[in-house]
Amino acid sequence: MTDTPVRPDAHTEPTATRTPVRERRSLSEVAAQVPDAPHRRKAGPRVRRVLKHVMLIGFGLIMLYPLLWMLSSSFKPNEIIFREPGLIPSAIDLSNYGEGWNALLHPFHHYLLNSAIIVLGSVVGNLISCSMAAYAFARLKFRGRPIWFAIMLMTIMLPIHVIIVPQYILFSELQWINTFLPLIVPKLLATDAFFIFLMVQFFRGLPKELDEAARLDGCGHGRIFLQIMLPLSLPALATTAIFTFIWTWNDFFSQLIFLTRPDMYTVPIALRTFIDATSNSSWGPLFAMSIVSLVPVFIVFLFGQKYLVKGIATTGIK
Amino acid sequence: MSVMQEVAKTRGASRETRKGDGKAAAIFLAPWFVGLGLITAFPLLASLYLSFTDYSLLESPSWIGIENYQRMFDDPRWMQSLSVTLRYVLISVPLQLMAALGLAMVLDRGLRGLAIYRSVYYLPSLLGSSVAIALLWRQVFGADGLVNQVLAYFGIEGYGWVSHPDYALGTLMVLNVWTFGAPMIIFLAGLRQIPAMYYEAASIDGASKLRQFFNITIPLLSPIIFFNLVLQLIGAFQSFTQAFIVSGGTGGPVDSTLFYTLYLYQNGFKSFDMGYASAMAWFLLLIVAGMTAVNFLASKFWVFYDD
Repeated sequence: MTDTPVRPDAHTEPTATRTPVRERRSLSEVAAQVPDAPHRRKAGPRVRRVLKHVMLIGFGLIMLYPLLWMLSSSFKPNEIIFREPGLIPSAIDLSNYGEGWNALLHPFHHYLLNSAIIVLGSVVGNLISCSMAAYAFARLKFRGRPIWFAIMLMTIMLPIHVIIVPQYILFSELQWINTFLPLIVPKLLATDAFFIFLMVQFFRGLPKELDEAARLDGCGHGRIFLQIMLPLSLPALATTAIFTFIWTWNDFFSQLIFLTRPDMYTVPIALRTFIDATSNSSWGPLFAMSIVSLVPVFIVFLFGQKYLVKGIATTGIK
Repeated sequence: MSVMQEVAKTRGASRETRKGDGKAAAIFLAPWFVGLGLITAFPLLASLYLSFTDYSLLESPSWIGIENYQRMFDDPRWMQSLSVTLRYVLISVPLQLMAALGLAMVLDRGLRGLAIYRSVYYLPSLLGSSVAIALLWRQVFGADGLVNQVLAYFGIEGYGWVSHPDYALGTLMVLNVWTFGAPMIIFLAGLRQIPAMYYEAASIDGASKLRQFFNITIPLLSPIIFFNLVLQLIGAFQSFTQAFIVSGGTGGPVDSTLFYTLYLYQNGFKSFDMGYASAMAWFLLLIVAGMTAVNFLASKFWVFYDD
């Protein structure tokens, strides 16, 4: 009976129910298999399981603590932010939000609107252009397809810094600096090749019989694409839309470069100017607007989790 | 069955009658081709050309050969930016992947509440690159920030971490490790693929958990580890926002957070030294390509493909 009743090991569970022969089985282990003794069977692992959950919850709290603290601090009067590491404010003060909203040259909804326009344009652009290119790569036969496909894959890895300087020159020749065009037009031209790849993978998983049958019925590629492939590809389209949304909303580098006039500022650029515009002591309004800037991402995260997880697991994007 | 066979037959037939879809492909690929040419390939070649010139946007570029590249190696700030970035990448990426793998192992095995844990741990990955989080970091690790408040509770007096040249880069590493959620999800998917019977067989044979980890999990997961490694290395090397915000765009204190891309930005878009910035960009491209290639070559020796 020195043997522990059941080794506290999740992997023994399937074995315990399946393995017919095992020499070193203790009596209690056999007893544990009797169906009306489930409690005894789980007594050992349960302590461990509870401990595990306690640890996981504790770790999660530590991870989220800075975020929660920022949320709580955005409701604290400035003078106590630096004295209260706790989450529950001793005094609630909503004025941070009002103050932050109007702290910069334009009211904050101006920047929210600018960001929203760019995000909307990027999402629509990526959905249309990337799905079209993906259809060609997944379903059409044309000369040089493997080479073009390889080139497409390589552009995924290309650091934006290598092309940003000539892009800047090009867009300034076109008088596009301080417009949203440098941030939206490339999306209409399928330059986010990652989403082409994602959708190629998805299209390849759809049964070919469907579009072959449609072709026999006289459907052209336009109709096959619009009426068969796209309706079946809603999960891939959702993943693309969600990631485009979050990336564009968070994007800082290209917006910093192409938008230099304050009325064109987006949320990230506006947030950044907070440091210059206000003294370092007014963290309250800054936190309030930071929270406002994170809300859209958080909402998308809440409703799009399924697609996010699937998207990452299959392609490895952030 | 017969339907399937028939479909298969017509499929073959239609493939024969279809002499390729060149025209349709041209239409479907048109936006991508235009983008590839104008937004990607042309700028790529143009920056290669510019990297051999002196160009300030005001006057036309003048050819100076490899001077920009020579200048990099004589430029102490460039050396500093490379060294800062390498330290950041080589320390924070392995730590981040270890955290990701560790948590993925704990979360595997049909744990109750798995979906909730996964979401909570993943959330920082989504937010980590935002300006808001970088600003938060600036406060949390500031002189009178959250970290020091907690330390003060234990009677320890902290530094102004983000304004101390020895620690500022460390705070950015912490931020990168904090975003371990994305690789964790990839690990979770990978762990699912390992058949449970391997572990069952091993534990029947009396193999310890540790041995199971090193002899089953690691080898079978090595392609995923490799994939994550390449992805995170490349991503980390191009980090920009965090350093820019935490240092207020300077890369300070004393250039201790001068990321490579930040120095590139300063050259290209602050001093409009676009020839030099282009040379730096091409060097970055070579590093990224080199890291990927080295990883692929090395993977032959340690990545185990189970087929």
